[in-house]
Parts: sequence; structure tokens; C-alpha cells
Amino acid sequence: MAATALERTERRKAWAFALPALLWTGFFFLVPFAYMAAISFWTRQGREIVATWTLDNYVAFFGKAHFFKGLVVSLEITATVTVISILLAYPLAWIIAERVPKKWQRVALIMAILPFWTSYVVRSYSWLLVLSKGGVVNQALLWLGIVAEPLELSANRTGTVIGFVHFFVMLLTLTIYANLIQLSPNYRRAAADLGANAFQTFWFVVLPLTLPGIMVGAFLTFVLCIGDYITPQILGGNNELVLPQVIMLQLGRRADFPMAAALSLVLMVVVTLAYIACARWLKMERT
Amino acid sequence: MMKRTVSGGFARRMLLATAAVSLLPAGASAQDELNALVWCDHTDPALVEPFEKANNVKVNLKEYEGTGAAISIIEQSRPGDWDVLVIDAVDVPRAIDMDILGEMPADKLPLNDLFPEVRMDATTTKGGKVYAVTEKFGYNTISYDKTKVDPADMEDLSVVWSDKYKGRIALYDYYLPMVGLTAVGIGKKTADLKQDDLPAIKEKLFEMKKVARQVSDVVASQTALATGEVDIVVGGGEWLTAGLSAEKPNLDWTIPKQGALRWAQSIGVFKDSEKQDLALKFVQYIVSPEGQARLATSACYWAMPANAKAGAHLTDQQKTALRWDKQPEYLKNSQLYPVADADMDAAMQDIWTETLQQ
Repeated sequence: MAATALERTERRKAWAFALPALLWTGFFFLVPFAYMAAISFWTRQGREIVATWTLDNYVAFFGKAHFFKGLVVSLEITATVTVISILLAYPLAWIIAERVPKKWQRVALIMAILPFWTSYVVRSYSWLLVLSKGGVVNQALLWLGIVAEPLELSANRTGTVIGFVHFFVMLLTLTIYANLIQLSPNYRRAAADLGANAFQTFWFVVLPLTLPGIMVGAFLTFVLCIGDYITPQILGGNNELVLPQVIMLQLGRRADFPMAAALSLVLMVVVTLAYIACARWLKMERT
Repeated sequence: MMKRTVSGGFARRMLLATAAVSLLPAGASAQDELNALVWCDHTDPALVEPFEKANNVKVNLKEYEGTGAAISIIEQSRPGDWDVLVIDAVDVPRAIDMDILGEMPADKLPLNDLFPEVRMDATTTKGGKVYAVTEKFGYNTISYDKTKVDPADMEDLSVVWSDKYKGRIALYDYYLPMVGLTAVGIGKKTADLKQDDLPAIKEKLFEMKKVARQVSDVVASQTALATGEVDIVVGGGEWLTAGLSAEKPNLDWTIPKQGALRWAQSIGVFKDSEKQDLALKFVQYIVSPEGQARLATSACYWAMPANAKAGAHLTDQQKTALRWDKQPEYLKNSQLYPVADADMDAAMQDIWTETLQQ
């Protein structure tokens, strides 16, 4: 009986500690989210938002090519950024974890995340100057005689991808590094004892064991990248629109909240599907 | 089927209840403070400080972009939170219909000193009552680098959809002036635009997009022109280049033979403001010749003052950059933004989004 009373007290304590977070999440996330979901089924008639339940906004999304293309462009850019970021971040994380002496690893990590200390918008505008026709990259390439004409590195998808990759390589480096340093050296020793060379050890032992770190980083990259409109806005030159830019267009002058809410919900469904896929994969890995 | 209008009451209450995030400026109820919802040009201390000192008042400025953003801020606020509103002149009727602007005494405003073409009584008044006054205006036309393009080419708007400057053009990213300017370019009157006109406009917009390097907002367009990324900004005007005239004399603007689009911004007092007198005083200051000269050359962007008497307070260099002497000709050869109903507005935005996705 005493144990049950203790359990009850512990349970109450747990609820008491969790309550502020639950209230916060409920009040600032669940209720606004439910409201947003509701207005996505409303419509804008003339200058008024009318609470008439309709699928018009969703029909418009699938029916108007320029809306749907926003999602396609978002997915293409996000996939490109995620793959390139993983390919660049893994070697960087591996070098920091395996080749940099322990006492310098912290410094190396700080150096790696240094760009995070500047404002996101300022960083994007800085990239615009770096990648422009008269920017550092093109000037260097011209000076070295590698190109005869400046390359078009900004105001297109290349600019957007470069801006994103710069940001997400840092994020992925952290998640992969955290995974790498937790690996016991015994795995590698065992592989070597069994006759595996360095490549085989990496490919069949280290890489599979660090896949959870890659997946977590890739998911974060996916979520942050697909929801961002600042980088495409500044570096993409509006030569194609990602879905968040299309959402912003609905709000700017017209304040079409129902359409913007419907598009946001579509985006959220995509992110949720990515989360489910990621979570299922991680669960399968553990079992 | 449930059908209910929610733009004002329910939406506002829900937003207040759910978000509980106030966008109010600090100290909204202090007696010696004035809360103004403005465009970025009003945030220049050189403009506001003289009024603050003269009246011993603190003006809290909240900057916004796009009337939609302003409306959402207003709907999330309580009546009386805001005192002064700066708004796109074409959206004044919308604000009057929303019943957020109060009447201002015509005899206390220098309406007769305004350039007649920008007085815009049709939009700033209703039933003979004045709800807003035009404070600044300018043009959506062509800005260019005169050392990189032939200025004579800029006198014909059709050059921006030809191949001559392919890859050297930026388009201003705002559907209303871009649709309007394209309409002017193909000989249509913006006041008469109908949905039937949009296919022809869309065709030209697509052609323009093909030869443009980028479509960008104010900052990115200005940066692109100033750094040589592009040589022409379609939709630009004095507001893009006049402020840079001292440092970048190579940047210029003109109105082509087909004409240009004229934009205007207005200022009014909120109907529910608890400081009607002080708010009106602020409006009077902004439309006074001194206030107008400061507003015309404020740090964010330069443009023509609506009050013709402001010329006495501008330097020759400033007047040259603003093309003061050419205003009679420019005013004659420019048309107002298309005044569209909600459906036409949505259709214009759709063709602009399609253009961007090309």
C-alpha cells in the first residue's frame, strides 16, 4: 500500500512538472494549429473571410499548376540540399571525431558552428554578395583564368542550394559527430580481427552504426529546409517559388488566410510523412 | 451549411485568445505617446524627432509591408491601440469600408497645396468626408544604370521584353504595379482593366520573365542595380535610385513614352484613437512643407512629396534626383494602380505567381 501511495505521489509530481510544458504546448501550438486547420476549410469571398466549410482551397492547390509546382520545387531543393549536406558533413564530422586530437575537437566544433552566430538574413545577404557576378568567387575564378565569363551562382537554384548547404552542413556535422564519438573503438578492433580492411570496416561497421545520426540530421535538415522562404527569396532571385514563398504571397497584400492555411497544412502533412518515415526507420534500426 | 463572416470579430477574438501575443508597441496607453502603423520611410529619426521635440511626445512606430499585414495587425489589436495609419492610397477605400479610419477636418489639412493629380479625392474621401490625405507619391517605371545601357532605349517600355538586355534585368516583385505597368506597356488603361485583359498581360509578363535575371524585392533590386548584377529594374523608379544619387550618379530612372504607373501613400487617423488631436497634429506635421521635404528624402526611400510647397525645403540636388521640374509631364503620362475588386485582385496575383513559376 505504501508503495502505491508513493507511486501516486510520484505520478502527481510528474504531472505537476509536465503541466507547464503541456499547457504551453496546448495553448501555443495545439489550439492555434486547430484554428489554422479550421480556417483552411473557410474561404475568402470578396474582402471577407467566410466560415463556410469547403475544400475549395485544397482543390485550388491541386488544380492550379503554380501552387502545386511550389511543393515540387520545395521537395526538389530539399532533397538536393539534404543529400549534398550529408555528403559534405560526414567527412567533416569524421575528421573532427577521428583525426583531430581530443583537446582540439571542441575548438574545431566551435569553428564549424561559427556561422550560426550571425543573423540568418544577414548571412543570406552576405552570400548574395559572395556569389554575385562581381563577388569574391567569380572574381577569383576570373583572376585564375578558370572561367572567361562570371558564373551565374545567384538568383537561381544554385544560389539557394549553396545558401542552404552552408547552413545545414553545420547542423549535420553536429548530429553525425555526436554519433561518431559514441562508437566504441572495440567495433573497429573486432572488424580488424576478423580481417576487414579500413574501407570494409567503415562501410560495413562504422557507417551503419552512424546511420541514426545521419537520419536525425537529415530529418532536421528536411524540416527546416522545406519550411524556409528567406534563403530562396534572397538567393533564388524568385526565378521559381518554393511553397513557403507561395504561402507568403497569399498573405502579403490580400491577407488570404484560408488559402495560406490550406497551403501550410499541405506543407505540414509532407513534414509529418517525413517524420513518420524517419521514426519508423529508426525504430526498425533499434529492433 | 454554416456561413458566417469572420474577418473582424471572431477571427480577432480567436487570434487574441489563442496566440495571446500582442503586437502592440510598448507603452501604448501612455499619455504622451502616439502609436503609428507606418511604412519604413516614417522610421527615419530625421523625420519624426522634430515632431517629438516640438510636442514633447514619443511616437512609437510599427513598420509593416503590405496592406494585408497591416490589416492582420489591426485585427489583433484592441480599439484605441493605434492612432495613425500610413496606407497604400489604393487601399484607403478598403480601410474606410472596414470602419477603421476616422474623419479628419478638411479645413485643417493643406489639401489645396497638394499636386492636384495626387489629391485622389475619389479614394481618400467618402460622402464628402476626408478620411486620409496623400503624403507621398512616385512611379513604378524603369530604373537603370546609364553607363551600361543606352538611355534612349529606356524611353520605350517594350525593350524590357525584347532580347536586347537579356539577363541584365530585374523585375520588381509586387504583382500590382507589375501587372499595371505591363498593361500600360501594351496600351491598356489601368482604370479600365478587366479580367479579359489579363491573358494579354500574362503573355507579356512571361516574355519579360524570360529575359529577366531575377525578380526581387526592394532591397535585393536596389543591391542588384548598385552592384552591377543587373542594369535595369522594371518597376523601379525614383524610390529605388533617387536616394543613391549622391553616391551612385550612374543610376537613373525615366518614364518611357508609353507611360508609367503612379503609386501614392496616404496617412490617416484611426477612428478609435484616444488621442485624436495629437494624431491629427502628427498628420498635419507630415503633410506640412517641412515634414514633406523630410519624408520625401527619408532614409528608407526617396519619392515625391504630395505637397507642392515642399519644394522650398528641398535642395537643388534633391529636386534634380526627384525630377521635380519634370513632374507636370510625368504626372500627365502616368496612370494609377489598377483599382481591383477582390476577384480581379486574386486573378492578378495568380498571373503574377504563374509568371514567377515560369
